[in-house]
Amino acid sequence: MKYAFYPGCSLESSSVAYDMSVKAVADKLQVEFTEVDDWNCCGATEYHTVDALAANAIIARNLALVGPDLDQLVAPCSACYLNLKKTDKLMVEHADIDDKVNQALAAGGLHYEAGRLKIRHLLDVLFDDVGEQAIRERVVQPLEGLRVAPYYGCQIVRPLNGFDDPEYPVKLDRMLGWLGAEVVDYPVKSHCCGGHMAQISEEQAFELIRRLLHSAAEYHADVVACLCPMCQLNLDAYQGRVNNFFNTRFELPVLFFTQLVGLALGIGTEELGFGKEIVAAEPILATRIGSTADAVPEA
Amino acid sequence: MIPVAQNNDFRDQVMVATPGGERLKSCIQCGTCGGSCPNGADMESTPRRLFALINAGERDQVLDSNTMWMCVSCYLCTSRCPQEIPITDIMYTLKRMSVAEGHAAGTDGAALARTFTSYVDRYGRSFEFGIASRFYLTQKPASLLRMGPLGLSMFTRGRMSLTPTRIRQVAQLRAIIDKAKELGGAS
Repeated sequence: MKYAFYPGCSLESSSVAYDMSVKAVADKLQVEFTEVDDWNCCGATEYHTVDALAANAIIARNLALVGPDLDQLVAPCSACYLNLKKTDKLMVEHADIDDKVNQALAAGGLHYEAGRLKIRHLLDVLFDDVGEQAIRERVVQPLEGLRVAPYYGCQIVRPLNGFDDPEYPVKLDRMLGWLGAEVVDYPVKSHCCGGHMAQISEEQAFELIRRLLHSAAEYHADVVACLCPMCQLNLDAYQGRVNNFFNTRFELPVLFFTQLVGLALGIGTEELGFGKEIVAAEPILATRIGSTADAVPEA
Repeated sequence: MIPVAQNNDFRDQVMVATPGGERLKSCIQCGTCGGSCPNGADMESTPRRLFALINAGERDQVLDSNTMWMCVSCYLCTSRCPQEIPITDIMYTLKRMSVAEGHAAGTDGAALARTFTSYVDRYGRSFEFGIASRFYLTQKPASLLRMGPLGLSMFTRGRMSLTPTRIRQVAQLRAIIDKAKELGGAS
């Protein structure tokens, strides 16, 4: 299985654990990701706030840079995924946008044929292409006894991205089940983490984060599994400040789902970026699944 | 009841600047959007009310509103709207109009967007440390003290780079951006 891969800026810094665990898991599952050469930032939500055409043009530069030998582009970040997918869709559906974006690309000597690439989220690829059997048969350390709250957030499933239900998605739930984890079915799994609100208006952001932590804790989650850098950052890095703000005592480790997949596949915790989370996951993992995967021999 | 204006240049501009924006005319004022919004309670006008104001041609009241700046782009309203109005995209359009016409001057949402895009223009990549420090320094210096410990714990875990990554073809990216800005218009 070969794909073009768009890591996105967060994987170089705040979400380095995602980057490490994606690479380790892809290697183990024999998925070949070729990084888009010299990719640029997708503009997050911010570029669309300043200039729509320029936002679409910088996104399309990444699409244009994918080599002709590959026809699928994978993003591990939900915001990047949505931006890449949305620009492609806009170009397919609106000839005037397609024309202007390609005029802009031409100024840089590039061209993108709208609709050429199929744009996928990492979860979609691991769930649908690698699939249940291939993952199940490689599990050497089942996550039995570990209660995991799957957290989807927004932009992987909305607006109507088509690969799972926009309000009650289940694919991460099922994948965690393949790993042997106890999957926590809690009501806010596709609610918003606040995105960039933590920078703009803390009060609103902290309340959105509190609702998520509260619900996951109420349903006795041991850890939360994320599939987006922004979600992980908000729930993990701001958890202490949320506790100070509301006088709460949440102590809920927030991991990337690929770290849990890797753990179950027997990859070492260091290689998976464990320990980079602010709320440490090691203690609960040691309690629930006995030892960390470092002790498990290669499968 | 907010009256509907007959000659409504403002609504036309919003619709033209938003792909699929003509759906705005079909709003039935059901309020599903505001009821679904995670930040609805903190908006001066819910999207439903804002759309009524747009239909009434209340340009200043709309562009001065905090509504679009409270939007977190979660698309819950968009996926639930029974009239298939691209609500989140209309919020982006209103943010851009608000910035362009000087209504959002000094607001944190506009300042963050400006800081963020200036780093992307310069390096081709986002630079979390640079963006955060410049944004907090200029917009809310008092919060820098509270942000310090968080920044430090991110840094010690190898989650914060102190230097930006620059793509090789910055000149190419800039040529694309400059051409896009020159073409402008609705997209």
